[in-house]
Amino acid sequence: MSLPNITILSFGIFEQELLKNLAFAIQAEFGYPVNIQEAHLDISEFYDPARRQYNGNALLKIIDTSTISDSIKIVGLFQVDLFIPILTFIFGQAFLDGRSAIASVYRLCNERYGMNQNNPLLMERIEKELIHELGHTFGLLHCDNPICVMRSSTYLEDVDQKRKNLCQSCQTKLAIKGVKPMKTDQ
Amino acid sequence: MAKKISILIVDDEESVRDSLYNWFIEDGYRVACAEDARKAFMLLENDLFDIILADIKMPGMDGLEMLRRIKAIKPEAIVIIMTAFATVDTAVKALKDGAYDYVTKPFDPDDLTHLIRNATREISLVDENENLKKKVITLENVQDIIGTSEAMKDMLREVESVAQTNSSVIITGESGTGKELVARAIHTNSPRRFFPFVSVHCGALTESLLESELFGHEKGAFTGAMYHRKGRFEMADSGSIFLDEIATISPKMQVELLRVLESKTFIRVGGNKEINSDFRVICATNKDLKIMVEQGTFREDLYYRLNVVTIHIPPLRERIADIPLLVDYFIKKYCTSMNKPPALIDATALKRLQEFNYPGNIRELENMIERAIVVGDGHRIALKDLPLEKTIVNNSTESLDDFERIFIQQILQKYSWNISRTAKALKVDRVTLYHKIKKYDLRPVE
Repeated sequence: MSLPNITILSFGIFEQELLKNLAFAIQAEFGYPVNIQEAHLDISEFYDPARRQYNGNALLKIIDTSTISDSIKIVGLFQVDLFIPILTFIFGQAFLDGRSAIASVYRLCNERYGMNQNNPLLMERIEKELIHELGHTFGLLHCDNPICVMRSSTYLEDVDQKRKNLCQSCQTKLAIKGVKPMKTDQ
Repeated sequence: MAKKISILIVDDEESVRDSLYNWFIEDGYRVACAEDARKAFMLLENDLFDIILADIKMPGMDGLEMLRRIKAIKPEAIVIIMTAFATVDTAVKALKDGAYDYVTKPFDPDDLTHLIRNATREISLVDENENLKKKVITLENVQDIIGTSEAMKDMLREVESVAQTNSSVIITGESGTGKELVARAIHTNSPRRFFPFVSVHCGALTESLLESELFGHEKGAFTGAMYHRKGRFEMADSGSIFLDEIATISPKMQVELLRVLESKTFIRVGGNKEINSDFRVICATNKDLKIMVEQGTFREDLYYRLNVVTIHIPPLRERIADIPLLVDYFIKKYCTSMNKPPALIDATALKRLQEFNYPGNIRELENMIERAIVVGDGHRIALKDLPLEKTIVNNSTESLDDFERIFIQQILQKYSWNISRTAKALKVDRVTLYHKIKKYDLRPVE
């Protein structure tokens, strides 16, 4: 039996380097080892032809039912455009104080907005998005601190404005639950 | 977030409810969901939610009918109507029925965030406004008018009844009886209490200054008018204007004032634009305006325009029963402001205070107490701390003869009926003093 960990469940083809970097950033922030797994699930049934997007609510529920031993949190990483019925799109979403979260890189790419490709920036945005959604699974709400990663982001500019770390106040909230960053080990 | 905002989501689609629930819960709102209006009203029975997001099309009662019923229960409720198919007609109907906003599904995440943030800000402003109103009422309460004597009770009853009306009021009373305090009490108990109370001391200003003060002036209207300035009538819009010492205004100003009172419009000095202002006039005077009208020094038409209601404040000597209460009030007031422990007052000192005539009324009493607290030992106010030595005691003195009789009697008592010393103190010769003693039949008092 291994230690409690966080699992990144990748849907679609991602560069190993990118996934390793994500694992590294998540471990640094939450202090748990991060396990990377490739998901083998046909997501076409979650496709909404009218909206030409994938239903985030349904995908989140499916991920939540997956049994990955010793994983206290699971975050699904997608390449497709996600929506929830009430909103035109989402970057990601999570069960508050729950086990699962999802995030998509689809709307985090510069190319989507007619700008030049920028891989380091994309990497940073994905890190922020995953840490943000995982923060919700640890019970963190949106934070008023403009540079905290838990700041609500509805536009790409909002994502770029914040840092990829939790602020002191959010760290304290996590510490009460026994979750501590591992930055000193990096 | 100071107060946790509560949101009720009413939609027959479970996926919509779940999506909104998850979205708002992450922002720290308190969220509840209902699948139809019936369930929503069950929840509303126990909890009046701050924001209600309701779908327009639902089985049973639709969103618009629900909006009307919620508004009947809680008019200030913020109801946002959601729909999948927006039409101008339904949007207008919803807004006319009091909806805060009308949104089409699906929303842009940023729009939804802003919509709820704006609604939250409005709730905070309404709450803040309510709290401030409560504070204002507490601050400007009639508690500052001290008195339980019948004369004061009658006057306070008059204040209470006249406050609810919009009529002009003249407050009469001797100097120092607290006319401005009564004017404030009328204002703070009136429906105009949340608007300004503007006070103008007419006696302290020359005619031209008073004109500029009341009506305002335009830039360059006269030498020194560097900027345009709003007048007191303009400042008192929706509130009350208190014109103290109204009897002192010049005949020219009387005409101007009458015109403003009749039309509620005026022109700034040096200006040409007519300005409207809705104010209530409360005046005060220590003169008898009726006599002034008879003498021709105060315009009759202005007198009748102002004198819809008259409130007379009795002088302090006519309400001796209130003196201990007032003394206690001023001791607490000045001890607090001077950071001293509350002082006590000797029974003899209090008795003398009740015998005093108070030509300066409450203002004089207040000054005496303030002085006594400054010069006294800080624990107890004794007779020696009060400036009563050279003053006459309260009596029904109306004539000069009465005044002279009482005064000579006091000085004789002070010098133990030593004629030479008394005559010297009074700066008269001994023969004159003997004549006065004989005239008033003065005798030593044990």
